[in-house]
Amino acid sequence: MDISVNSATDIVSIQNLSFSRGDRKIFNNISLSIPRGKITAIMGPSGTGKTTLLKLIGGQIHPDQGSVIVDNHNVHKLKRTDLYTLRKRMGMLFQSGALLTDINVFDNVALPLREHTRLSDSMIRSLVLIKLQAVGLRGARDLMPNELSGGMARRVALARAIALDPMMIMYDEPFTGQDPISLGTIVELINDLNSALGLSSIIVSHDIEETVSIADYIYILSEGKIAGQGTPEQIKNLDSAWVQQFMNGDADGPVPFHYPADDYLKDLFES
Amino acid sequence: MTQFFQRLGHSTLSSFAKLGRGSFFLMQILKATLSVIPRPRLLINQLYSVGVLSFLIISISGLFVGMVLGLQGFYILSDFGAEETLGMMVAASLVRELGPVVAALLFAGRAGSALTAEIGLMKATEQLSGMEMMAIDPIKRIIAPRLLAGFISMPLLAALFSAIGVLGGHMVGVGLLGVDDGSYWSQMQAGIDFQDDIINGIIKSIIFGFAVSWIALFEGYDAIPTSEGVSRATTRTVVNSAFTILGLDFILTALMFGDI
Amino acid sequence: MQNTRTADTLVGLFVACGIGALFFMALQISNLSSFSKNATYTIIARFANSGSLKIKSPISVAGVHIGRVSNISIDKTSYEAIVEMQIDAQYNLPDDTSASIYTAGLLGEQYISLEPGGSEDFIQPNGVIDITQSAVVLEEIIGKFLFDKASGE
Repeated sequence: MDISVNSATDIVSIQNLSFSRGDRKIFNNISLSIPRGKITAIMGPSGTGKTTLLKLIGGQIHPDQGSVIVDNHNVHKLKRTDLYTLRKRMGMLFQSGALLTDINVFDNVALPLREHTRLSDSMIRSLVLIKLQAVGLRGARDLMPNELSGGMARRVALARAIALDPMMIMYDEPFTGQDPISLGTIVELINDLNSALGLSSIIVSHDIEETVSIADYIYILSEGKIAGQGTPEQIKNLDSAWVQQFMNGDADGPVPFHYPADDYLKDLFES
Repeated sequence: MTQFFQRLGHSTLSSFAKLGRGSFFLMQILKATLSVIPRPRLLINQLYSVGVLSFLIISISGLFVGMVLGLQGFYILSDFGAEETLGMMVAASLVRELGPVVAALLFAGRAGSALTAEIGLMKATEQLSGMEMMAIDPIKRIIAPRLLAGFISMPLLAALFSAIGVLGGHMVGVGLLGVDDGSYWSQMQAGIDFQDDIINGIIKSIIFGFAVSWIALFEGYDAIPTSEGVSRATTRTVVNSAFTILGLDFILTALMFGDI
Repeated sequence: MQNTRTADTLVGLFVACGIGALFFMALQISNLSSFSKNATYTIIARFANSGSLKIKSPISVAGVHIGRVSNISIDKTSYEAIVEMQIDAQYNLPDDTSASIYTAGLLGEQYISLEPGGSEDFIQPNGVIDITQSAVVLEEIIGKFLFDKASGE
């Protein structure tokens, strides 16, 4: 590692990262670090590549420039087998849950255990039930994924993500599209898991209220750059019109309400 | 005019790129195939959805194709007073051509499209991505068992198609039209060579099964992960499989039966 | 997927049917059964003209199928066709057997008919049949017929 990384305190460190899709620059030379044992949130409007960032951290896609260092390993320089070993220690919660639809809840949670360990069936059963109990769905073990509500599917996926006791979990939009009760459940689960298991969490989200309530540190992304960063308190008092518009959800501001267009009156009377 | 050439160039390049991705994908699957062997459960589940679920359509189609061949063959052959060779004609058409080709076309429509839709939806719902993040290789866990199942099922289905077709031809020719039972079978046995006809037919169907499964899996894996993208990929699977089967059939027939 | 055991049974059934169909094709549809694994021995016959005889053309005695042509080549000095035949080992043929190339029906394929003689000794494996009658070439007969007609007048 050429650049000095404070690996004792940072679990993920991103340096000078650039990534573009087609002609569009999604990240333009950004650097950020994610501390161990904390909940770090990455926020920004839709389409700023928050999910892309998680995929870059997980090594599913390659950056144009820059490096991503996870627990002292440069993710994109690892050999495939080493990358897979590293991934066993990273959990990821997808927006849709990404449960396998042809097997039931129990088998979904058991999948990583069966694939990666040589534990006996009874051992796997106990572990799965412990994980399901942690998310409150021990009773739903025999249901198929299509019988679960969105919130339940996300909780099962969370149980699956912690099945191998990872060192960190990445949450992709965990709050989107949830009713208030399951929203509260998820917020509490993330918080509890982080403190109880000593995990490091990365939350990617644009739901301000929930994110602010549990995050220790927040990065705000906009147009490929970091528009602001700090603790929730610091962010609230940040002197940036754009960040304030985002945090308060104002309709008009530095981000205009109207998509760029010709003069309204001229356009109306043109024909 | 320039635009035409530009478009032509673009589509040529993109189809080459696709071919390249497809070949790379195939190499990945072949490397992963060995990992299926210690886990027969994965293969059995796929044999069920690829083979067993195609069983009915293949058997029924085989029966009707055989019956039609018996009927048409009888009318043509009786013009030459050669009804006795009906068995040989039915069996030769089925074993050499119709068995492998029609079974493969039906297989592409039944199993191939289902494979594409399944893989495409798994991609769209982030299941493949999710497996990768769990350090489970979806090529090993999902794709390879399906290719293997197609590879195993196709020759069995084609054999079923031919065998049932021959029985269908017998039903019509011997049962309804009064061709002699003995000459139906004996002419068939005299005219069909095990090596040249049966083995070559089986080789054809193995190649078709492999090609259709590859196309179906690749189209699913390469699909744009939206509902529209998946439905387009499913259509492409059926169309491309049909072209590939018929094209390969010509080449294989020329190699096997012709003196080219 | 229904429960695993039903699926397993159906897969087993499917594979069994498929293999059954393969056996059916091999034994009932094709000539594999007449290729019985019986031992064979080779004999050779020389013909002035082998017509459209092919490898695997049948060989019969009194209309009964007893073997197949295994190879056809040409003698580089005498320019005769050398036809090798595989005869089922259970049939012994006298050494004065004659071989003729006939056509099955007017348009059918050509086959070799063996005409056993009265000798007490049998042809040994790799033995040669001396008395042969070449294939009848239709054009030659018609030509000859027309020639005779013309010269007769």
